[in-house]
Amino acid sequence: MIRDFFRVMVVNLTTGRTNIENIPGRDEFLGGSGLAARLFEIYGFIDRDWDDPEQPLIFTIGPLTGYFPLMSKTCCAFRSPYHNQYTESYAGGKSALSLRFADLDALVVIGRAERLTALCVGSRRVETRDVEYLRGFDALQTGRVLRKIFPGSGRRSIMRIGPAGENLSAYACINVDTFRHFGRMGGGTAMGVKNLKAICILGDRGFPLPEGKAYPKLYKHIYEQLTTTEMMAKYHGLGTAVNINPLNALQSLPWKNLQQTSSPDAVKISGETFADDTLLRNAACAGCPVGCIHVGFVREQFQTNNQYLYRQVGYDYEPIFSCGGMLEVTDASEVLRILDVIEKEGLDCMSAGVALAWATEALEKGVITEKETLEPLKWGDSETYMRAVEHLGRPDNDFYRLLAQGTMKCAREYGGEDFACVLGQEMAGYATGEVFFVAEGLGFRHSHLDAGGYAYDQKHDEKDADKALGFLLKDGRERIVLNCMVGCMFSRGVYKEDLLAEALASIGYGELNGSLDDIGKRVQRMRWRLRLQMGYRPDEAKIPKRYTEITTWKGPVDVDYMEALRRAYAARILEMGAAPEEES
Amino acid sequence: MKALRAARMERCIGCHSCSLACARQVHKVLSWNKAGIRISSSGGLTTGFEARVCLACRPAPCAAACPTGSLSQRRDGGVIQKKDLCIRCGQCAEACPVDAIFLDHQVNPYVCIHCGQCVAYCPHDCLEMVELPRTSAKEEGNDD
Repeated sequence: MIRDFFRVMVVNLTTGRTNIENIPGRDEFLGGSGLAARLFEIYGFIDRDWDDPEQPLIFTIGPLTGYFPLMSKTCCAFRSPYHNQYTESYAGGKSALSLRFADLDALVVIGRAERLTALCVGSRRVETRDVEYLRGFDALQTGRVLRKIFPGSGRRSIMRIGPAGENLSAYACINVDTFRHFGRMGGGTAMGVKNLKAICILGDRGFPLPEGKAYPKLYKHIYEQLTTTEMMAKYHGLGTAVNINPLNALQSLPWKNLQQTSSPDAVKISGETFADDTLLRNAACAGCPVGCIHVGFVREQFQTNNQYLYRQVGYDYEPIFSCGGMLEVTDASEVLRILDVIEKEGLDCMSAGVALAWATEALEKGVITEKETLEPLKWGDSETYMRAVEHLGRPDNDFYRLLAQGTMKCAREYGGEDFACVLGQEMAGYATGEVFFVAEGLGFRHSHLDAGGYAYDQKHDEKDADKALGFLLKDGRERIVLNCMVGCMFSRGVYKEDLLAEALASIGYGELNGSLDDIGKRVQRMRWRLRLQMGYRPDEAKIPKRYTEITTWKGPVDVDYMEALRRAYAARILEMGAAPEEES
Repeated sequence: MKALRAARMERCIGCHSCSLACARQVHKVLSWNKAGIRISSSGGLTTGFEARVCLACRPAPCAAACPTGSLSQRRDGGVIQKKDLCIRCGQCAEACPVDAIFLDHQVNPYVCIHCGQCVAYCPHDCLEMVELPRTSAKEEGNDD
């Protein structure tokens, strides 16, 4: 099991052939994000578009996956339908441990099936099934059918797409085990274009453990830190939804398509309100005792005479911001009902919510009409938003077809670019200020997770672009190391570099001690290089006017500071991605 | 004599820490299958979780089905496992009424021996060790 190469399964849906490849480079790329980028270099094409059947869809795990708590995520990499450049997304569920126990460091899917197909892989199994009969099935129903088709209940992962992925929306997600997602940048579309409805990974093997006492002792220590200290209380308790109230208090909560940065109504959709009124239970990714997944419930009367149904819907901070505050939906149950439809359609909830927020303002301003929206979109009107989500997933007219390709693409056609809340992709939920807007706008994944710019904004009111840039680069690199592991970002306070090195040593990767920072730098450069080769121009990245119009706890956004940071960050990205020969 | 009970599975979050702990500490392997306790859903995560774990039967059908004495009856319920006597026939798993014995691909059986090592690794206190009712001396089975 301990090995210095990567064991990679490559499934070709065009030919039906599967190969097991041993790829060297553990000491150069570690796993996860680094391995994914390396595999794209090997199997991907710089000169072909995202929808070329030969472009790979890559899933990778890290050296500690399964060995330690919270090493429970999978990295999914692909050429994005959103911007036609290399990208990656992360999800948990049972995907990571399933890959580990299938004895795979990575699964690479290339080619395109002739008909809609489900793929099942394990340590002793590769199978494709024609599932043309599932065409148009929503992501949840698809999961129910697949559970009957393939074996391995409890110790397998089922990844699938909904109609949005089949219909090639640019922000269709991959649903992983019902409550987790490869959400951003259109992983579901990368599956859809391959005619791949679902992937089932059977975690059906076990492995000898390293001998000696170091490993079990360290496991116990880390497990105790994670479960008996307050470090994880935020994620376990109210979950990230706890952020609603403090961000609202800091005037940093995007509200009503960012027309506001706070609202007296925010408390109605706070983490506390969700917990009190809708929280059904917690759940966890396999291999993580924290249990940060918050499952809410919705009860609906579907007939008179007290006939009710109930649904279980996962929630978190970002879904509440995008489908609650941004749409001014201020009833927790109504937010969950919108999320439930998004879940079924298989869309990224942040992109879908922000897109509909833009559409609502565009309709309000007369930029578009109901002829385009098909629905009288109105702030707070959840029933209308639920129907609009279905229009997006299908999509039902040219307007929704374009909106499903990205809010800014739609705004360029119809107008309203100034108030499109797009920072690379539809924004994450932090109207914290200049550093976050630059971080997400130019960041590798256009996500709040590339670097803690949002946290920096909340703690610093000085306007020192050099200092902010230094933070973004260093924090970004440290996160890349954890992404190579592929550890949960929530564990970043626990898994500092020393502990990661100790953990690696305890399972036989001791030779990597001391090289983690170098690996972080190498992967950082490699990922930017891929993006730049595919046409990314950070120096041309724009931050829409809406972001210059807001006020946070620090006062009005300082456009000069933001612009200085944007230019400096763009220059560093160009530097990092430009010079492979400088690598030693 | 104590036995493991999955007493509060409605609290289970599906983290598999118990199975991983059993595999790691009892069987010295990295696995969520090769363990005396396995977690599964009863039809997707919306239905909650079930534990596949030995119910400490007395008499134990698995011990009765074992042709070599690899599994023998524990005094008050459950079984004692002697791995070196196992011929990997798989009859124990077939005899178990609750699918609590896992067979790996080499037909090695994994069954709970009620040692309780998993209990400390359940973050939600789903598991507990309980005292089994004592059986009379006349009824006592093989507990060597």
